[in-house]
Amino acid sequence: MGASQSAGTEHEFQDLADRTGFSLEQIGNINKRFRQLTNNEETLSREDLASIPALDNNPIRAQIINAFFDKRNLHQNETGTVQEIGFEEFLLVMTHFRPAAMGLTEEERENLRREKLRFLFNMHDTDSDGTITLEEYRWVVEELLSKAGIIGQETAKAIADAAMLEVAGTTRGKMEPDEFYEGITFENFLQILKTFDIETRMHVRFLNMDTATLRCGKSK
Amino acid sequence: MLLSRMVFASLLQYLERLHPSQIANESCLASHHVHPNYTKKAFPVLSLDYHHIQVPFEISLWVLLASLMKLGFHLIPQLSSIVPESCLLIVVGLLVGGLIKLAGEEVPPVLDSNLFFLCLLPPIILDAGYFLPIRPFMENIGTILMFAVVGTLWNAFFVGGLLYAVCQIEGTYLSQVELLPCLLFGSIISAVDPVAVLAVFEEIHINELLHILVFGESLLNDAVTVVLYHLFEEYSGAGEVTPMDVVLGVICFLIVSLGGIAVGAIYGILAAFTSRFTSHTRVIEPLFVFVYSYMAYLSAEMFHLSGIMALIACGAVMRPYVEANISHKSHTTVKYFLKMWSSVSETLIFIFLGVATVAGPHAWNWTFVSVTVILCLVSRVIGVVGLTFIINKFRIVKLTTKDQFIVAYGGLRGAIAFSLGYLLDKNLFPMRTMFLTAIITEIFFTVFVQGMTIKPLVDLLAVKKKQEAKRSINEEIHTQFLDHLLTGIEDICGHYGHHHWKDKLNRFNKKYIKKCLIAGERYKEPQLIAFYHKMEFKQAIELVESGGGVKLPSAVPSQVSMQNIQPKKLPPPVAERALPQFTKGREEEIRKILRSNLQKTRQRLRSYNRHTLVADPFEDGWNDFILKKQRLIELEKKMSNYLTVPGATPDSPTMCRARLASDPNAFYNIKASSDGVPTIQVDLASPQSPDSVNMLNEFSKRGATGQGLGQREGADRDEDQGLMMKPAGKGEKGEEEGGNKNPGLMRCLSDPGPSNEDEEDEPFLP
Repeated sequence: MGASQSAGTEHEFQDLADRTGFSLEQIGNINKRFRQLTNNEETLSREDLASIPALDNNPIRAQIINAFFDKRNLHQNETGTVQEIGFEEFLLVMTHFRPAAMGLTEEERENLRREKLRFLFNMHDTDSDGTITLEEYRWVVEELLSKAGIIGQETAKAIADAAMLEVAGTTRGKMEPDEFYEGITFENFLQILKTFDIETRMHVRFLNMDTATLRCGKSK
Repeated sequence: MLLSRMVFASLLQYLERLHPSQIANESCLASHHVHPNYTKKAFPVLSLDYHHIQVPFEISLWVLLASLMKLGFHLIPQLSSIVPESCLLIVVGLLVGGLIKLAGEEVPPVLDSNLFFLCLLPPIILDAGYFLPIRPFMENIGTILMFAVVGTLWNAFFVGGLLYAVCQIEGTYLSQVELLPCLLFGSIISAVDPVAVLAVFEEIHINELLHILVFGESLLNDAVTVVLYHLFEEYSGAGEVTPMDVVLGVICFLIVSLGGIAVGAIYGILAAFTSRFTSHTRVIEPLFVFVYSYMAYLSAEMFHLSGIMALIACGAVMRPYVEANISHKSHTTVKYFLKMWSSVSETLIFIFLGVATVAGPHAWNWTFVSVTVILCLVSRVIGVVGLTFIINKFRIVKLTTKDQFIVAYGGLRGAIAFSLGYLLDKNLFPMRTMFLTAIITEIFFTVFVQGMTIKPLVDLLAVKKKQEAKRSINEEIHTQFLDHLLTGIEDICGHYGHHHWKDKLNRFNKKYIKKCLIAGERYKEPQLIAFYHKMEFKQAIELVESGGGVKLPSAVPSQVSMQNIQPKKLPPPVAERALPQFTKGREEEIRKILRSNLQKTRQRLRSYNRHTLVADPFEDGWNDFILKKQRLIELEKKMSNYLTVPGATPDSPTMCRARLASDPNAFYNIKASSDGVPTIQVDLASPQSPDSVNMLNEFSKRGATGQGLGQREGADRDEDQGLMMKPAGKGEKGEEEGGNKNPGLMRCLSDPGPSNEDEEDEPFLP
C-alpha cells in the first residue's frame, strides 16, 4: 500500500519499517495522515498541528505539540527544539506509542518502559536540564487543571507540592531540614512510576486501521 | 406468596384471640352484659401466643443464626483459611435442615423462588453494582461480553444437547426426557453465579483483571439466562422450536438486556437528581439510594427484563453523582448498609441451600447427575479456551494460559440455578425433581470442590495477586496526563479511538449532566482535585489517630517537609506577598478533628433534632464559600508544617464532608469583615504544643475587640522558611493567644472555654 505521491516509495518505507518496527501498512496510513496535516508538503510545522480542531479541548495541547518538535524525542542526543519535522521524525515520535508485542523478554520490556517513560519525562522537563523541578511540575499540574477554573489554579500548587513531597520522600527518605531536593531525576521518575504499567497503557490503537475510516472505540 | 399466606393466617388467629378478651373487657366496664356462653376464667396474667409473632420471629431467627454462624467462622482461623465460608454455611444449612427433620417438623421450603429473587438476591447485586470498579470493567467490556453471552450460549447448548444424546442411550431409563427440557436444563445450569463467585473470589484475592472478568461475566450472563429460560419453558409445552422463535429469541435478548440497562439507568438518574435536593434532610439520603435501586429491580422484573442488569446499571449510573451530593455520614451509611445486607443475604442463601437439600424431594439418577457434572466442567473449559483464542486477537493485554485456567475454574454455580429450577412447573416437567437433584449436586461440586481447591491452586500456579498498593498522587496525575496525551495523539492521527470517545463522553458529562445532577458548585471539581482532597483527608485522620492528637511532631510519617523542596528564596519585600506555598486548610482540619475529639461539653449542650441530624451550615452555604474563598486564599500565615502534604482549600465537597465528620458547627466562622487583612498572633517566648494553637483566632480576631492581642504585619510572614527558626518576629509554631490575656484560650483548642462560645456559636450563615 505504498503511497503514490512523490515522496515515500516502497523502498523508503521498507527502510523505515525496519528501523521503527511498524508494518508497511501502518507506515502507509501514517504517511497519508501526514500529508493530510501538511497539505501535501514535505515538512510539518507547529501551526499544522495547532490547526487540528479536536486538539482545542485538550488541556495539555501545548505540551503535546512541543513533544513532536523536541530533539530529545527524535533520537538525537541533543537538546532544544526544531521548527519543522519531516515524515521520518513524525514516525519516530509515533514509535513511542506502539503497544508491547507479545513474548518480550524481561529486558526488552524494561527497555520499552524506559523509552516510554523517557518520552513522558521529556514532556515534563521543559528546560532540558535532566530534572523536573518544582516549578516545572507545578506547570504540569496547572496545565492539567487549566480547564477547571479558578478552583483548579489554587489547588494546583498544593497538588504539585504534595506530589513532589511524595517523590522526595520515596526516593530520598529522611532528609535533614537544610537539605534541598533539586528535582525529579529520570531514575526517580522510573521509581515512582514503577507500578504504573506504562507499556500497556501508553499505546494508541490506530496503527492497524486505515486512518481515514472512523472507528468506534472497540476496547481490548 | 408463602410469606403473605402465613402473615394472613397469623393475622386471622390474632383476631380470633382478640375477640374473647375484648368481650371480657366490655363486660367489666359496661353494665353487666354477660355473654351467655362465656364462662369467666381467671384473668390471664401471662400467656403464650406464638402464632402472633410467628412469621417475623422465624425470619429474625434465621437472620440471627446466619449472623452467628458468620461470627463463629471468623473466630476459628484455621477453619476459615482452609474451607471457604460458603462451604461451611452449606454444611450448617444441612445440619439445621437435618435437625428440623429429626424434630419431626416439616422442613419449610425456605428457598422459595419469590423470597430468593425478591428479597435475598437484590442486596447482593446492588452491593456489587454500586461498588463496581468502572474503569477496569469498561476496559474489559468486550471480553466480558464475549464470555457472558457467547460463553453461556455455548455452555447451554453443549450441555443440553449432549445430555439429550446421553438420555437417548438405551439402558439409562431416561428416554422420556425430551430435547427441549434438556436444553432448558442446560440453560439453567450453565450460568455462572455471581453470589458464589463473589463468595469464593473474595477470599482468594486474585488480581483485578481476572476478578473483574469472572465477576463481570457472572453479572452479565443474567440476560442470556433469562431469555433462554423463558424461551425453552414457553416452548417445552409445544414441543418444538421453529427458526422464527429463534429470531424472536434473539430480539428478546436484545430487549431484555438493553431494556434492563435502560430501566436501571433511568432510575439511577432519578436517584441522582433527587439527591441534589437532600441537603436539608440528610437523614433519609441513604434511603433514596436503596429504594430507587430496588424499584429499578422490581420494574425490570415486572417486564421480565433482566433485573440484575437493571440493578447494576442503576448503581453504576447513580454513584458518581450521588456521592458528590450526599454527606459524608450518608455515604458511610450507604456503604455499611449495603455491605451488611449483602453479607447477611449471602449467608442466608447458602444456609438455605443446605436446608433445601435436606428438604428434598430428590430423585437420584447416577447417569444423569454424573454426566451433568462432567459435561459442565468440560464445556466450561472448552468454551473458555476457544473464546480466549478469539479474544486474544483483539486484546492488548493477552490472557495467558494461567488466566484461562482460573477463569474456567472459577465458573461456579450457585443458588440462582437452584431457584430457577425450583420455579419449573411440576406438570410440564415431570422430571423436575431429577433436575433439582442434579442442580444441587452440581452446585455442591463447584462450591465444595472447586471452591476449596481454587485457593491452593492460585498459590501453586503463582497467579498474580491483588496489589494492595496505595494510589499515590503521582500516579493519579500521570493517569490523567496519559489520558489527555493519548487523546491528543489520537486526534493528531485523525483516528477516533476509544480515548477520543471517552474524552468526548467526559466532556459531555461535565458540561450538561453534572450541572443537572450535582448540587451547588461541586460539579466543577475535577477528578484530580477530588482525589487529592480525599487523600489528604485520609492522611489527616491517620495522623490524628496515630498521634493521639496530642503530639503532632511524633506522628509525622515522612521525614521530608516542604522546606526540603522549596528553593530558598529571599523574603519578599514588605508590600508584596509571596504566594502561599501551601494552604492551611489541612492544618485547620487537624485542629478541628482535635477539637471535636476532645470536646464533650459543647456537644452535649446542642439539642438533637432527629430531622436535621446535625446542623450543616457548610453544605448549605456553598455559594458564600465561593465568595469568601478569595479572602481565605489571601490568608497567609507562617505556620509550621508538621504535615507533609499541604492543605486543601476548605471548601471542596470532600473537605466539607470531612468537616461534618468532625465538629460541623462553628469552626469556620468566616465572618465578613471590612478589611481582608488577617492577623496572626505569635507567641515568641513559648513554643507551644500544636493543640494550643488557636486557628479560630485568625477569624475571630477580625471582629474581636479588646482582646489585647498583638497584630502582625505581613512583613513577618515568610512562607518559604518552613520549619526553620527565624530571628525575632517569627515564631516557630503557628500562633496562639498572647500569653495570659485569656486563660480560656490557653487550653487545648478543643475546649476553648466559655468566653469563646459566643463567637463560635454564631451560625455560619448570617
